[in-house]
Amino acid sequence: MTAELLIPNQTSEDDVVIHHRTWKDYFTFSTDHKVIGIQYFVTGFIFYIIGGLLAEGIRTELATPDADLVDPSTYNSMFTMHGTIMIFLWIVPAGTGAFANYLLPLMIGARDMAFPKLNAVAFWIIPPTGLLLILSFFLGPAQAGWTSYPPLSLLTGKVGEGIWIVTLLLLGTSSILGGINFFTTILKMRIPSMSMMQMPLFCWAMLATSMLMLIATPVLAGALILLSFDLIAGTAFFNPVGGGEPVVYQHMFWFYSHPAVYIMVLPFFGVISEVIPVHCRKPIFGYAAIAYSSMVISFLGLIVWAHHMFTSGTPPWLRMFFMITTMVIAVPTGIKIFGWLATMWGGKINLNTPMLFAMGFISTFVIGGITGVMLAAVPFDIHVHDTYFVVAHLHYVLFGGSVFGIYTGIYHWFPKVTGRHIDETWGKIHFVLTYVGFNVTFLPMHVLGLQGMPRRIAMYAPEFQGLNQVCTYGSYVLAISTVPFLVNAIYCAYKGKPAGSNPWNALTLDWQTTSPPEIENFEVLPVLKTGPYDYGDSEEEEKELTAV
Amino acid sequence: MNIPSSITTLLLGIGLTLVSLWYGQNHGLMPVAASEGATHIDSLFNAMMTISTGLFIIVQGVIVYCAIKFRRKPGELGDGAAIEGNVPLEILWTAIPAAIVLWISIYSFEIYNEMGGFDPSADGMHAMHGMPAGKGSAMAATMDMGDVPKGSPRISALGVGASPANQGKAAAVNVNVLGLQYAWIFTYPEINITSGELHVPVGKEVQLNMNAQDVIHAVWIPQLRLKQDVIPGTETQLRFTTNKVGTYPLRCAELCGGYHGSMVTQMIVHTPEEYDTWIASQQQSAQAQAEIVKQTIAMNPANLSPAKYLAPYANEMGVKPEMVEHLHHQGMEMGGSIASVIK
Repeated sequence: MTAELLIPNQTSEDDVVIHHRTWKDYFTFSTDHKVIGIQYFVTGFIFYIIGGLLAEGIRTELATPDADLVDPSTYNSMFTMHGTIMIFLWIVPAGTGAFANYLLPLMIGARDMAFPKLNAVAFWIIPPTGLLLILSFFLGPAQAGWTSYPPLSLLTGKVGEGIWIVTLLLLGTSSILGGINFFTTILKMRIPSMSMMQMPLFCWAMLATSMLMLIATPVLAGALILLSFDLIAGTAFFNPVGGGEPVVYQHMFWFYSHPAVYIMVLPFFGVISEVIPVHCRKPIFGYAAIAYSSMVISFLGLIVWAHHMFTSGTPPWLRMFFMITTMVIAVPTGIKIFGWLATMWGGKINLNTPMLFAMGFISTFVIGGITGVMLAAVPFDIHVHDTYFVVAHLHYVLFGGSVFGIYTGIYHWFPKVTGRHIDETWGKIHFVLTYVGFNVTFLPMHVLGLQGMPRRIAMYAPEFQGLNQVCTYGSYVLAISTVPFLVNAIYCAYKGKPAGSNPWNALTLDWQTTSPPEIENFEVLPVLKTGPYDYGDSEEEEKELTAV
Repeated sequence: MNIPSSITTLLLGIGLTLVSLWYGQNHGLMPVAASEGATHIDSLFNAMMTISTGLFIIVQGVIVYCAIKFRRKPGELGDGAAIEGNVPLEILWTAIPAAIVLWISIYSFEIYNEMGGFDPSADGMHAMHGMPAGKGSAMAATMDMGDVPKGSPRISALGVGASPANQGKAAAVNVNVLGLQYAWIFTYPEINITSGELHVPVGKEVQLNMNAQDVIHAVWIPQLRLKQDVIPGTETQLRFTTNKVGTYPLRCAELCGGYHGSMVTQMIVHTPEEYDTWIASQQQSAQAQAEIVKQTIAMNPANLSPAKYLAPYANEMGVKPEMVEHLHHQGMEMGGSIASVIK
């Protein structure tokens, strides 16, 4: 190992009194970013299970062409809730809430976030809001899809829709509060010796993400407030009965909800950029390119929204503009993917669970990226818009991307958070089940969409039954895959092999403290003596290697 | 002696290109193409599939290769090479994707134009010129209130218009489409036919002028690769020319409520003779229906006296109409006297 850890005054494990948190701490208004990070993750995972059970219900309904499991309007509520829960109560809180909260201060050598109380407020908005959304199940839940387009959303029950709007407004507020915190923390709380270009790439990714959270989320709030007036007070901002314009809602909604895709996936671009160099024992390939590409994606992400509306009655020049901006996003995304592949190339890859999930991430996300470029092409999108092709695409991005990214991060930082190793064998079983289950569930959906199956339907033409059954079986495998993870994670958090403070020999600051980190992270202020990714054998050794 | 790596790379590259080209043409993922426009879109899709197949194989190939070739063997120590980047290589993998997406954009632009996407009559702009009329009808819609704004489009005609060759000409067949929960109604204004299915003659240009009654729907005909939202209050249009006789599904593609999935009908592409026969049969049955309608014309009960309103029932019960009248009046008087007693 030639990369050395040059952090001064690094205390060995025995010297440090680790203040172990008790379970009670996680139910308090704690301002410790690490407690809040875990609060976010556990809350998110509970909602992930609820959203997942809804997905299994959806897939079971779709095992047969007829609407025979649930009432069709219940089916609509199920996918509405599935989408809303997975996006707003799982991926956004897990990515921006859990990972960013836990890791940012550790990575930049800070003792906590810039605004610890704001941080706790942002978290504590989530559990009651989530419960409110679940409660709406029993009061006639929203049925108009997670997009909630009027006029349909104005006609499907005031109570459920009203709760849905309130829920999203609150979760949006939580997200904005988080964004303010991440943005300020990254810019202002770094140790003096860390310049922007020495930040771990996760921090760059979160800088890009927090900008999107701050710019885009308020527009969603605007749309939802106007929608709630239409719903409750009978105004006509979006309601065509009375002269409103439903398409304007779609613009406002997607002005947030497309950037939201990047809010959900950029943090995991950061996670992958952290994990791959550590387990390949190589510097990240093209640090600057990967850092800047996050910023470019963030900017471009703000000007592509109407590609969700190519069939909504959009003028031709607008369709062309959004087609080109969307296509261009493939370039910075490609830079990242090629950078990761080049990092792996010639490395000494430790094929452990975090690395497998990282490779799984690239493997599945690239499919979502490819279909994304296809969907950007207006003539093709006109055919596949609102079909299962889009369902496949979005799950390749949000599951193949975000959820694989979450698991990558969990396996990678498990020893940091708990001080213990998670079992590798069960981790690999989890990976294989997830990878296989995921692809069997979602790959056939591309074909279904191309062949003519619209999305959001409870009953479909019998000719689609075969592939739908394959998807349904795949989804059961995917559901089962969660079990080994849960058992493994909970067991190993208490009984796993002790891991020591830096089991991966990683160089970023988060690994230069005890595991789990002590209450204020660092005994003394760390000083940077090495870049975040200075792995690799020296020049001479490298020459020898290439000569061979 | 080993084969030089440049030769291996070259052979792999040729193999990759051939596989991509073959799969791009032979994926068989699209349904039948029933119009020239659909064939154009398929060729765009095939081109994208070719590039995608290549990219897919490269990325997955590199991952699998790395996992095998660069795997850390048990007991192996040391790091990989300390390579932090390679600017020319990074420029290359920025430039090539940029060139590819630019090319796809230009190609899509072409196809979109060919489909009629830029038809000025379908871009919503001519509604600007007719603004006063548009505004007036919007006000009318607001004033007579409450009612769904059917037939009072404020902005007209967004969607896919005529292909460049046909621009400025009227379509051969015009069909007004009304989407409502959960059915489609097709009206042929020129020949006075209303139908639940879309019948069109092969090879003739068809224009759908579309409105929704309640919520947003979308017309999707997969075999034409065409889809357009049908929006209450805004007229949208689709223009196409079919080139294959057959029966194709026409599905609603925008979530419109519980039975969205059952909002399916058919588009039947006829030969010209069959189409004429269909029109004739429809007009006949329409006439027959009109007869029935004349006989059973609906009356507003509010305009009738109670006796007249009740007459059919009274007859059925064997009660004389005068008696009904009498009873009615008595009832009123009785009610009145009860009221006075209470006072």
